[in-house]
This record gives sequence, C-alpha cells and structure tokens, in this order.
Amino acid sequence: MAIQPEHELHRRRWGRNLGLGLVLGAFVVLVFGLTIVKVSRQDENGNPPRAEASQ
Amino acid sequence: MSDLSAYEHTQEAEFGDYVQLLKPRVMSLVVFTAMVGLIVAPVAVHPFVAFTSILFIALGGGASGALNMWYDADIDRVMRRTRSRPIPAGRVTEGEALAFGLALSAISVLMLGLAANWFAGAFLAFTIFFYAVVYTMWLKRSTPQNIVIGGAAGAFPPMIGWAVATGGVSVESVLMFLLVFMWTPPHFWALALFMKDDYSNARVPMLTVTHGRPATRKHIFAYTILLAPCALALALSSIGGPVTLAAAIVLNALFILGAFRILRRSEEAAQADGYKAEKSFFKLSLAYLFLHFGALLVEASLTPFGLGGW
Repeated sequence: MAIQPEHELHRRRWGRNLGLGLVLGAFVVLVFGLTIVKVSRQDENGNPPRAEASQ
Repeated sequence: MSDLSAYEHTQEAEFGDYVQLLKPRVMSLVVFTAMVGLIVAPVAVHPFVAFTSILFIALGGGASGALNMWYDADIDRVMRRTRSRPIPAGRVTEGEALAFGLALSAISVLMLGLAANWFAGAFLAFTIFFYAVVYTMWLKRSTPQNIVIGGAAGAFPPMIGWAVATGGVSVESVLMFLLVFMWTPPHFWALALFMKDDYSNARVPMLTVTHGRPATRKHIFAYTILLAPCALALALSSIGGPVTLAAAIVLNALFILGAFRILRRSEEAAQADGYKAEKSFFKLSLAYLFLHFGALLVEASLTPFGLGGW
C-alpha cells in the first residue's frame, strides 16, 4: 500500500494533463500538415492556384 | 460549505469541464453550417485547409461560449437549467473561464487567418465580439429583442465558411445568414414557452416575461412568415436547386402550420396537454435548419454529375 493513497483529486488532475497533452500534440500535427500543404502548393495565400480552383 | 465533502467537489476541474465551457452543442451547429458554407462556395479549398478552417471556426465559437459563461455566471447561478455549469458549480473560477475564452479567441482567429485568409479571420473575430460583447454584455440584459439580434452571432458561421473559400461576401452567403437569423427567434421563443425558466428572477428580459405569452405566440408566427421568403430566395439562388426548392417548400409549409397552431392556442390549452404543440414545433425547428443546409449540401454534391443546381 502506498504511503500517500491516490486521491480523487489526482485522478482529475491527471485526466486534465493528459487531455491538454493530446490537444497540444494534435495542434503540432495540424500546424505541420498545414505547412506541408501550403509549401507544396506554391501560393502565397495558401489557396490552391486560381487555374485549378476554377476547374 | 462547512463540511469536507463539499471541499472535495470544489476547484480541481476535470478536462471535461473545460470542454463544457465551449458549449459543445452550440459548436455542433457552428461546425455543420460553416462546413456547408465552405463546401457550397464556388471556389475549391484543399481538404486539409478546409478541415483546419472549420476546426478553428468551431473553436472560435467555443471561445465566445466560454466568454458568455464567464459574464453570465451570475445568471447561471440563479436558473435551474444552468446551475450545474462549471462556473456556478464551482469547478472553474470566473477568472479561469475569462482567460480561457480570451486565449482561445486569439488562437482561433490567428489560426483561421493563417490557414485560410485574413478576411475570414477578421470575420471570426467580429463574430466572437458580437456574441460576447454586443449580445452577452449589452443586449441580453437590456431588451426583449435580445434573441433576435443575438441570433446574428449564430448566423455568421456559414458566411465565415463561405469567406474561407472565396475571401469575401456575396448574395448567397448573405441568404444563408438570413436563413439562420430569421430561424433563431421562433426556435428560442418556442423553447421559452415550454421551458419556463426563471428568467424574471435572473432579470433577463425574455419576451415571455416582458410582453407575456400570447405576444410571444404572435412573434413566433410573424417571424416564421418572414422566414419563408428568405428560405425560398436561398433555394432560387445560384447555390440552390430543385432539391433545395422542394425542401424549402415542404419545410416552410410545415413550419408555418406549426407556428399557426401555436398562435391559435391559449395558455390553458397548452398547459393542459403539457405544451405538446410547442415541443413538436421546437423539434421541427431543429429538423428545419438541418434539412435546409443538408439540401444545399446534396445540391453541391450532385453538381459534379450534372445534376443538382439550376
């Protein structure tokens, strides 16, 4: 038995930290994906080139 | 709160409490209408950019929800329906909610500007300002028309979705705005008729309290009549088509019929059958908006096959 038993409060705090970690991870993936899309599309506005858009 | 068990349930919020601050149910409407606005626009958007844009439009909507809960904490504490929200329940402090709302507002506006274009970003910023300041801080507590003007905040998302694709505003996006804008008052007033929240204790001037229930019934009917031409105009616009027109005719006929039933009922009759007509009108109003935007989506997805559209 642990000296300091797990309190309900710790469970909630852990859940919050885990959630925030996942959100931050997802944000990194999102920014990375956005960068790939924008850089590979060669358009300073990040929109697809006009010719392709009007097709 | 003098006993220990009370202490154990205060402070230390769960992750879900922060999610609740974002009003997820309102966000689902924002996601859907913004997505339709983006897809029906005549300019193609890269799927990843579209996904990111809708995500941050939704997050901006959630941020304004958190700001609303921060400012309205005093009202939420009084009304039964809202008493279990994170701030009145003591799980999140008012200062935390304010910081959370402001930070997410800034992040969502910046990210939408970077992902799509700065017009869409500015439009999102304006929407958050409109909901948090114009509606929540000013109109909600000062006029019984609060819902009418506050509805504009909920009607902007399809216009923002359209702006993500086109970088601007056009007749079609204004018509999508008008559809949600005119739909909001009958939707919420029907809810106010049967929810019987204690708005008077909370000092919120709801139409049912200030002008009485018969006047609210008249208002519902009037707005439903005014909504129909907006829906038909949208169906006849360049993003509409036969499917949308058929949906608009059927849905508006049903909606006007429902509003007419509400208009003709006395409060005694309504109380006798437990607000049956009001409740079914409210359910119909949810289907109304969902199917209208769904029809636009069907129209847009049929276009590549030479069907759909005019």
